[in-house]
Formats: sequence, structure tokens, C-alpha cells
Amino acid sequence: MVNIKINGVDYAVPEGSTILEAARYAGIKIPTLCYLKEINAIGACRICVVEVKGARSLVAACVYPVNNGMEIFTNSPKVIESRKTTLELILSNHNKSCLSCTRGGNCELNELCVEYDVDINKYEGENPVPEIDYSAAHMYRDNSKCILCRRCVAACGVTQGIGVIGANERGFATQIASAFDMGLADTACVSCGQCIVACPTGALAEKDDTQKVMEAIADPTKMVVVQAAPAVRASLAEAFGNPIGTNAEGKMIAAMRRLGFDKVFDTNFSADLTIMEEAHEFLDRAQNGGTLPMITSCSPGWVRYCENYFPEFIPNLSTCKSPQQMFGAVVKTYYAQKLGKNPEDIVSVSVMPCTAKKYEVARDGQAAAGVPDVDITITTRELAHLIKKEGIMFNELPEEQCDSPLGGYTGAGVIFGATGGVMEAALRTAVWKLTGEDDNAPIDFKEVRGTEGIKEATYNVAGKDVKIAVASGLANAKKLLKSVKSGEAKYDFIEIMACPGGCVNGGGQIIQPASVRNFTDIRAKRAEVLYGIDANCAQRRSHENPDIQTLYKEFFGEPNSHKAHEVLHTNYSAKKLYK
Amino acid sequence: MAFKKSAVPFSGTPEQEEKLRKIIAEHKDDPGALMPILQQAQEIYGYLPIEVQTIIAEEMDISLEKVYGVVTFYAQFSINPKGKYKISVCLGTACYVKGSGDIYNKLQEKLGIAGGEITPDGKFSLDACRCIGACGLAPVLTVNEDVYGRLTVDDVDKILEKYN
Ligand code: SF4
Ligand code: SF4
Ligand code: SF4
Ligand code: FES
Repeated sequence: MVNIKINGVDYAVPEGSTILEAARYAGIKIPTLCYLKEINAIGACRICVVEVKGARSLVAACVYPVNNGMEIFTNSPKVIESRKTTLELILSNHNKSCLSCTRGGNCELNELCVEYDVDINKYEGENPVPEIDYSAAHMYRDNSKCILCRRCVAACGVTQGIGVIGANERGFATQIASAFDMGLADTACVSCGQCIVACPTGALAEKDDTQKVMEAIADPTKMVVVQAAPAVRASLAEAFGNPIGTNAEGKMIAAMRRLGFDKVFDTNFSADLTIMEEAHEFLDRAQNGGTLPMITSCSPGWVRYCENYFPEFIPNLSTCKSPQQMFGAVVKTYYAQKLGKNPEDIVSVSVMPCTAKKYEVARDGQAAAGVPDVDITITTRELAHLIKKEGIMFNELPEEQCDSPLGGYTGAGVIFGATGGVMEAALRTAVWKLTGEDDNAPIDFKEVRGTEGIKEATYNVAGKDVKIAVASGLANAKKLLKSVKSGEAKYDFIEIMACPGGCVNGGGQIIQPASVRNFTDIRAKRAEVLYGIDANCAQRRSHENPDIQTLYKEFFGEPNSHKAHEVLHTNYSAKKLYK
Repeated sequence: MAFKKSAVPFSGTPEQEEKLRKIIAEHKDDPGALMPILQQAQEIYGYLPIEVQTIIAEEMDISLEKVYGVVTFYAQFSINPKGKYKISVCLGTACYVKGSGDIYNKLQEKLGIAGGEITPDGKFSLDACRCIGACGLAPVLTVNEDVYGRLTVDDVDKILEKYN
């Protein structure tokens, strides 16, 4: 601990803290714009400046460490004036269209401008109108709202190790773009959306597909069914003022019903189905000399990354479609048949924590019935937007349950939304199988839980060691794959999720500002929701799901059967980095 | 988005590529290696087209955008080759106040390219330059070694015709 004074009051704070952290510890908030914990610490925007006694000029609190005896003033007139000027200069070339901005009400810049009483027209700069990049399927970039904080650049380059966006040119011409001003769609972007959730302003946003959903619902000739991914329920309530870590499942289902969906189902169901296929695929590979390590394929951002950067691992990818796509495929085949409906008259909608799902729905090999498995996919944010727009008072909704037969799930299905969850779910069924279908076989595999970027474990199952690894965040995936490639590490089974912490921290989730993310691990809080649901489930292994058992009995026969392969599996191909 | 690839096809030779790869291999683990590698690459090719930047990015295991960001940050690098006729318009203070900006704009319009670019036939490239020490003749432009002074916007057509 070191002793410091902040605004005349003595505090003892942990050694090595930055001034920003020390002040937070003392209950004082210092504003930030470019700083984002674990992602971006470049000390560039100067909004976080404070006065330090003896220092010649104001210092950037986000990167400046405290030392013993330091005297800090976080709110002196000089500090306040400096922050205000910083904001006014940012606004000089900002497209101030807050009234209808996607981030209206949830914009870090807007909030600070209100707090600091800025004069929004103090400096009238040149207002160039940059071209908006609409090329990608999942998002757009509007540089007229960019403040050059570079949080997106770090999210893409450092967290994800991809780096398809960066700052080009210099001085006044500086702008965030891709090499040679290519559209994002022509780059190696994997559509993960981590840049969007890192952005403090409305410069980056998902492509809004809510209109398409409401049009489908309004069409009397269509039956519209919806599925919501496990992680959506772990974040949705945040959009309605609830604390991070609120379980929104019951109200989420009630809200979707009130939006007018004909059937409200659950991706948790098809997560169980994925495990049936994937666990059996793993057992088959392990017992019959197939390619190992097998690597999970639920995360389309990861799949695309693999195709872009590690095509040599394509044979290792599980051929299982993602739960979203399996769900859609079952709706358009089994469920349509059951209802005696033409699959073309069913619109399959998904709500996902993920922007890469917008890319995934249009991939090849994702149309089991000859029509797309999933027609429209919206993010958690878009669902929240729809609920607000349609005037549904979310917090007052009753808790409801999904429809049958594609709505029931086990604990294994719900933990898919957290890093390690797919691995744990697969192990539950695989270990049960390997131990001679022993219902007392272990259920909890706690070694694979938690938010570390790379986790490893070895389990002795029926006398054989099974070595597994789990990575989330693509920079971590890269590290792991390099060690496998070099022969340094050997595994039987690997889970990879594109987003750090898994889907709970997906690029389509409710955006939490840096003022929250810098001091709270939102990944851990949201994951707790899912593990809490799991612990309370009567059935916790996917094969125990009675609806899944019926589905195999009535339709697929066995896991990995010919029919299952036709409907539930897909293929991959190496992709060029740049068009 | 408008893709800024050079309008002139890339004509690098295997010898040039071999030289480039050798330089990268020698330097890639040095701290701050990117700048000197870019400088030498520009010496080899005369400019830094996407083909050359891609080789550098791949060999150094960094993204193409990272390379491009540095290339566009420093005025010494160009992503376009120079044309057979290299036009430079002086935008130094003396020329600028006498209207060289208008001449520069007119040239961009006539040639259909922006500053720093080259016409697709490889004939003309256009750049702005700092004071060339001919302020008495302001506004001034040069085409290769030829100097033209005391210009008006109307002189642009005549000058271009000379090189057609
Ligand atoms: S990004 Fe923020 S400040 Fe800019 S227009 Fe949108 S809400 Fe307003
Ligand atoms: S979506 Fe992901 S890969 Fe694409 S630019 Fe954003 S962070 Fe990079
Ligand atoms: S796009 Fe957003 S995150 Fe990226 S630099 Fe601009 S304001 Fe920052
Ligand atoms: S300089 Fe500290 S938040 Fe930007």
C-alpha cells in the first residue's frame, strides 16, 4: 500500500495502481474516453487529466501510477477547464446528431458533454462528411461520429489479434479505416463485433435487422418462430436499468411473445442437440483414429478466423453447425414436417449475443431444407431496442416459459454462453458414455470455468487421459494454436470462442461503458447467471433432455446418423485474407 | 468505400521480390523494424503498392492495415508510382496566395486523379510540393525538369497538351 492525498484527503491505496484506479478506490470517478481496461491504455485523449502537486503539467490519470506521498487534485478549476476544452475540441468536427443516434442515451461522449457543461459550438471546425462503410454484413462505421480514441483498433488488433482496422493518414486527415480504404467486407474481419462494444460513441454499430423481423410478424401468411441464445438472458435486463448479472430469462420470453412471435423457443434446446452431435463426434474421432484435437465450431467468428489464418486446422474443426444453425435446420425440417407446413412459410428468427451470426446465416451449407436455416438474426441490443420501441414495459412483465417442443433444455445447454461451457457440456455427456453410461459420473468440470484467456485440464476417464484446452478471444486462440502447431502442446479436444469470456461478452450484447468495464468484470457477472441456472436444472446432461430424446426417436435416429449429417453438419473452406 | 489501390498494374520482378524478402528476413526481429524495411522497399520499387505491403505484412506477421497506417502517416512514402511525366505544383506560401491551389484543383479535375495518384495509362502523376525557390515566378509548377511560372488556371490545358 502507498499513502496518497486526493483532494486533500488521505488514502492508502494498492501499490502500482494508476491514479484512475486509486481515485476509484477512494470513491472518485475520473472521466475516461480512450482508456479501456485490458484493451487500450494509450493516454491519448487527455480527458482524464488531473493535477499532481509538483508536476509541471496536468497528467493523464489512466496511465500515471501513484507513488508514496503523492498529492492529487482531480477536480481543480484548471482540471475542469482542461477537460471541458478537450470535449469542445472533439465536438468541433463531430456530427452532433444525438437526437437519432444509435447510441443516444448510451454515449460516453454525450454523457461527458452534459456533465461538463460544454458549449457544443465553441469551435466550429471543418466538418468533412466521411463515407459510411456499409460493406460488411454485420456492422457499419460512421467516421463522422468517431473521436479517434482507438479503442476499436485495440479490440481488433490486440484482443483479437486481427488488426483489420487502424488509424490511417495523419493530422486532420486521420481516420479509422482498413488498408487502402477497403470496405470491411473485403478484409479479414471475422465479424466478432468486439470493436462495436468497445466504441464509446455511435461511430460503430451493428446493422439493424429489426425492421425485417417486424415485417415478418406482420405478414399473415408466415409463421414466425424465434430462438434466443443462452447468453442473451444474461445481458438483456441491463438495457432496462437492471444490474449486470440479472437473469432475464422469464421476462425475455414474455417480451418475445408480446412482440408477436408465433412460437418462442430456446437456443438452449439446440445447444443440447449440438452436444449430442459433438460429443459423439469426439468419441468417434478418439476411438476410430479421426483427426485430433477436435476443435469446437459454435462460434462463427472463430470459424472464420480459422479459415482465414489457420486453414491447416480445418480438418480439426467439428463439422457440427452452431446451435443457432442447428435450431434453424430443425425448425425447417423436423418441425415443419410435424406441422405439415412448407418450410418456405416459416420465418426463423434468432436473437444472439453475437454480430458474427449475421455473417453466419448467409454462409454456404446452412440451408438444410433448401431454404436458409435462419432467416433473420438480431442481437441482444436490437431485441432491447424492439422491446422499447413496441412499448413493452420490460421490468413489469411476468416470467414466462418457452413453447414446446423446441424450448426445453438442460443445464448443459445453458452454459454454452460462457467460455468453457461447451467443453464442460460435451464432457458431461462424453464422460457419462465412456464410463458405461454411469449416472453418477462427474457433472461439474470446474477447471474449465472462469474468464482466463487460456485454460487447460487433463481428465482421467475410464483409464484414459483426456487432455483439453479452452481459449476465448482470438489472440489467445492464436497463441494456443501456435503451440499445437509447433508440437509444444498436445490436446484431444479444444474449445475456442471468438469473444473474450465467450458469448456472454459477445459483440452483440448490451454495451457497458468504460466507466463500468474498467472496474467490473462483466464477463464473470454474466457467466454467473448461466452457471446459476445450470445448478438449478433438474437435468444437467444434454442427453437427458426428453425433447431431444424424442427428436432422435422421431427424426434423426442416432447422433451422427446419415440424416443428422445432412441436417446438422456443415463444411469449411480456406479463405483469402483480402479480396 | 473507395478502394485506393494504384490504377497502374503492378510490375514487380522476381529479383525485386527476392531482394525485399532478404531485407525483411534480416531486419524483422529488430525493434522498430517496420520503418527501415518500408524505406528500403520503397527504394527497390520506387513506391509501396498493395502487393509489396502484403509481402511485408505477411513476413512480419502483422496486419496489412498496420503497414498501411504507417505508410500513410509519413509523407515520404507513396502508394503510387510516378508517371512518365511527373507534375508537381508548388503549394508554398508565395505560390499559394497567387492561386496555385486552383491550379492544383484544375489538374486533379483534368487528369481525373487526386494528389499523390497516377493516371491509369501511367502517363501523368500529380503531387503537391513545398517551395522550390522560384517565388519570383509564382505560381509555379514543374513537369519533370521543365518549370512553368506565372500561371493561370487557363494555362493548364496548354501545358498538358505539350506532353500528349
Ligand atoms: S456519438 Fe454520441 S455525441 Fe455523437 S451524435 Fe451520437 S450520441 Fe451524440
Ligand atoms: S468485427 Fe471483429 S474482426 Fe471485424 S473489425 Fe471489429 S473487432 Fe475486428
Ligand atoms: S470508431 Fe469508436 S472506438 Fe474506434 S476510434 Fe472511433 S470512436 Fe473510438
Ligand atoms: S488519456 Fe486517459 S482516458 Fe484518454
